[in-house]
Amino acid sequence: MTRKKTLSVIGKPLRKVDAMAKCAGETVYADDLNLPRTIYAKLLRSPHPHARILGINAARALKLDGVFAVLTGEDLPQKFGIMPSTEDEEALAVDKVRYAGDPVAAVAAASETLAEKALGYIDVEYEVLKPILSIEEALASTEESQRIHTWNRRANVQKAVSLEFGDVEGGFAGSDHIFEGTYFYQGNTHLPMEQYCAVGFYGPDDKLTLWSSTQTPHYLHRALAKVLKLPASRIRVIATPVGGGFGGKSDPFSHEICVAKLSMITRRPVKITLSREETFYVHRGRHPVKMWAKTGVKSDGTIQAMQYKTFLDGGGYSSYGLASVYYTGALQTVTYKVPAYKFEGVRVFTNKPACGPKRGHGTPQPRFAEEIQMDEIAENLDIDPLELRLKQLVEANSVTINGLQISSCGLRECIEKVAERAEWKKKFRKLPFGHGIGFAASAYITGAGLPIYWNNMPHSGVQIKLDRSGGVTIFCGSSDIGQGSDSILVYAIAEEFGIDPADIRVVSADTDLTPVDLGSYSSRGTIMTGNATIQACGKLKPLLLEAASEALEVPADDLEFADGQVRSASLPSRGISFAECVVKAEGKHGTLGATGSYWPPKNPREFKGSGVGPTPAYTFSTAIVELHCDSETGEIKIDKVWIAHDCGKAFNPLLVEGQTEGSVYMALGEALMEEQIFRKNGLHKIPSILEYKSPTTLETPEIETILVETIDPEGPYGAKEAGQGPLLPVVPAVSNAVFDAIGVRIHEIPITPDKILRALEGRLKAVSIPQFEFPAPLKWQPGEGVKVEQKS
Amino acid sequence: MKKSKKNGADDRLTKRLLRLQVNGETKEVATEVSKTLLEVLREDLGLTGTKHGCELGECGTCAVLVDGEPVLSCLMLGIEAENTEIVTVEGMTQNGKPHPLQKAFADLGAAQCGYCIPGILLTAKALLDEKPYPTRDEIRQALAGNLCRCTGYTKILQAVELAAKEIP
Repeated sequence: MTRKKTLSVIGKPLRKVDAMAKCAGETVYADDLNLPRTIYAKLLRSPHPHARILGINAARALKLDGVFAVLTGEDLPQKFGIMPSTEDEEALAVDKVRYAGDPVAAVAAASETLAEKALGYIDVEYEVLKPILSIEEALASTEESQRIHTWNRRANVQKAVSLEFGDVEGGFAGSDHIFEGTYFYQGNTHLPMEQYCAVGFYGPDDKLTLWSSTQTPHYLHRALAKVLKLPASRIRVIATPVGGGFGGKSDPFSHEICVAKLSMITRRPVKITLSREETFYVHRGRHPVKMWAKTGVKSDGTIQAMQYKTFLDGGGYSSYGLASVYYTGALQTVTYKVPAYKFEGVRVFTNKPACGPKRGHGTPQPRFAEEIQMDEIAENLDIDPLELRLKQLVEANSVTINGLQISSCGLRECIEKVAERAEWKKKFRKLPFGHGIGFAASAYITGAGLPIYWNNMPHSGVQIKLDRSGGVTIFCGSSDIGQGSDSILVYAIAEEFGIDPADIRVVSADTDLTPVDLGSYSSRGTIMTGNATIQACGKLKPLLLEAASEALEVPADDLEFADGQVRSASLPSRGISFAECVVKAEGKHGTLGATGSYWPPKNPREFKGSGVGPTPAYTFSTAIVELHCDSETGEIKIDKVWIAHDCGKAFNPLLVEGQTEGSVYMALGEALMEEQIFRKNGLHKIPSILEYKSPTTLETPEIETILVETIDPEGPYGAKEAGQGPLLPVVPAVSNAVFDAIGVRIHEIPITPDKILRALEGRLKAVSIPQFEFPAPLKWQPGEGVKVEQKS
Repeated sequence: MKKSKKNGADDRLTKRLLRLQVNGETKEVATEVSKTLLEVLREDLGLTGTKHGCELGECGTCAVLVDGEPVLSCLMLGIEAENTEIVTVEGMTQNGKPHPLQKAFADLGAAQCGYCIPGILLTAKALLDEKPYPTRDEIRQALAGNLCRCTGYTKILQAVELAAKEIP
């Protein structure tokens, strides 16, 4: 059978499979679970940002009527962490706390109120240590006695990296102009509307089940086995529908491990829901990053060399930090041709909640620097900022200087379309004072090329069961965080078998029932689960076609799956229903089921740190922001954002638009108001929704989304990511628009009114860059690009 | 014999019988007088469609209708809601038929993670009940107290407009 040329499901604006349940209030999130005999847990958190624990005494709490168990660090001493080489977390601090909010004890009691009360009866003796609260302090505190952790090589440096590609020195020497700048991207947090919640139950069969609002049930499964010292085969992790993730629910967490352990002791279901304040302490959000960027160009603006130094404030633990630091240097080369590139990055420990992956993971910060610098280059050389970029865009089927393989590339079309819709030429440098327009472009990955822990197994697996009713069930480990990963599975099956999406059921994110999918992070869902699903369908099709061919007396190569039937393509009236076909095929071949797997293409790079950056496919985004900036008050009002996104094939345009609009919104929050900030004593300054400002309907402008469809050879039906990439260009586009409006450059976010006023008065200081001796660079040269064959 | 646990309960009775009108049904429930309406709905009545995002009145997630007005159920005591008509998201579906707002939100992809959606649907319902054809700005004003982190509000605003057209 030849592949159908037209698609009947993919590309259509269908409802998500869970849409009506969500709108009816029927979706069961973690905190909606109510198992019989449930008891409730609470965590005691450190009031100090940095302290040694001299002793913990829980005796008074345990005597309270209604308290069932208390845990402290010595009950769960095994260290864990998402990255296997930097496991430095403890479920409950054993001898040291590293941020205000670090958990030190856990209580299980008859009610939440009682558990909270019991926390006050746990006596902890601390020896308070001087907290380290800034990148500069961390780099200056090199004495062994000032260490936050003991495992890392250099005091308070988690990871320092240095990579050099091509002839950087020669590139700068051959440049006509050199541009240098310093930048600061403030940290901010995910602020999911759903607080963290988990329920653990260790049953009479000596098996543990953990329900949690997690983006990564598989990695959580592994962490639970390790810390609880239980065979993984006796642990079941079920990811409940996640009420907002954005990267914040991708680590294994203390509260998940503690409810499991408390249930092992009490043999009752134990539930924990963190308060909104605690959610700010769990964090794992955007790293605050200081950056120095240097670009050498010819007088026509073409880039000769680029160099970056990044300094990441990591907080108290490693989390994804090893990847984060590499990501601040990985993708600068994936928009414009850069013939030589050097990157140095360092992530330090400070006594604040750990930073981690937030939408864009480590790449929005350097993109902020890069796109402002490009705007400055254009300004200085008197070239239109769009023209400057258009003359040196990366191309499809090419390899960047740092060895990243680009397959499809719709960047040119993204620039042209966004400029046309926003009427760029009519507006740029032509609007009155206080009214401005700014542009920026970016690139992002569609799934990480490597798993978090080294293994050679598929990144995504699915299992499909065909039922005699004509219904199809798909089992897949992916967790739906609202992006629609469950729906993607259904759309792919409906497309392949030509059946109604309503006849397909999804069982997802349950480690007992579903094949492993690595999780909802790095924008990997659609490309990996989509391809695995198509593969599984492909295994079943010959069995179905053979049965239908016999029944219809039509050669199999003339048969097609369409309109709920298996029918002759040349004579469509000759067909049988899909259900009938399944019955015949089951009679002939036995029970019908198949698996599908997906591995990303092999990483063509082979140096240390090369795991960060490669992906099955890059996406490209461009944004134009139009705004008003009041030079009296410093207030910014965003009038409109135009966003163009190269999403490959829009699997479901409604969902792709939704991801794009959400990215723009989140970017505006980061650009204008959101910040995770701390007092001088190390306490969180604003751990509440009222004080942590985020955009409401009133601050969020009209967003015009333009989907640019390049059919990517690796993507399922050509699809690429949409959930993260469109965030990246919006933040620098805001800064560039401010310059167009009032003529001042703001190199740090959030761009608050006080910064605008200081800049207008010439009092906004340049961002200071710390002194640090980076390791000697690892030098590497790429090979040639490889053409990727179209998969589906 | 082991002394039985009182689970922290006082020697006196701490619960009171509340009679509430929820989604057109009369519900009687014995509960602590200190419980918020949010807690009574979720924990005592099993109406978990109402969500919570802060329990401090900051995010709008827990909004329900009390006598037709959107109210943050985390800021109201259950006992204060006696003698009122309460509508939760479960009550928006009438006789098995979803409310046009629910349908429009599903059709336009206005619910991503869906967690804030019950509060937004009810707030939007209150708006449309009072003003059947609101302008985009009026919808923005009405929903300004309901945070959504997923959608950028775009599809939510469009869905409210679509529902307004479809309500007879």
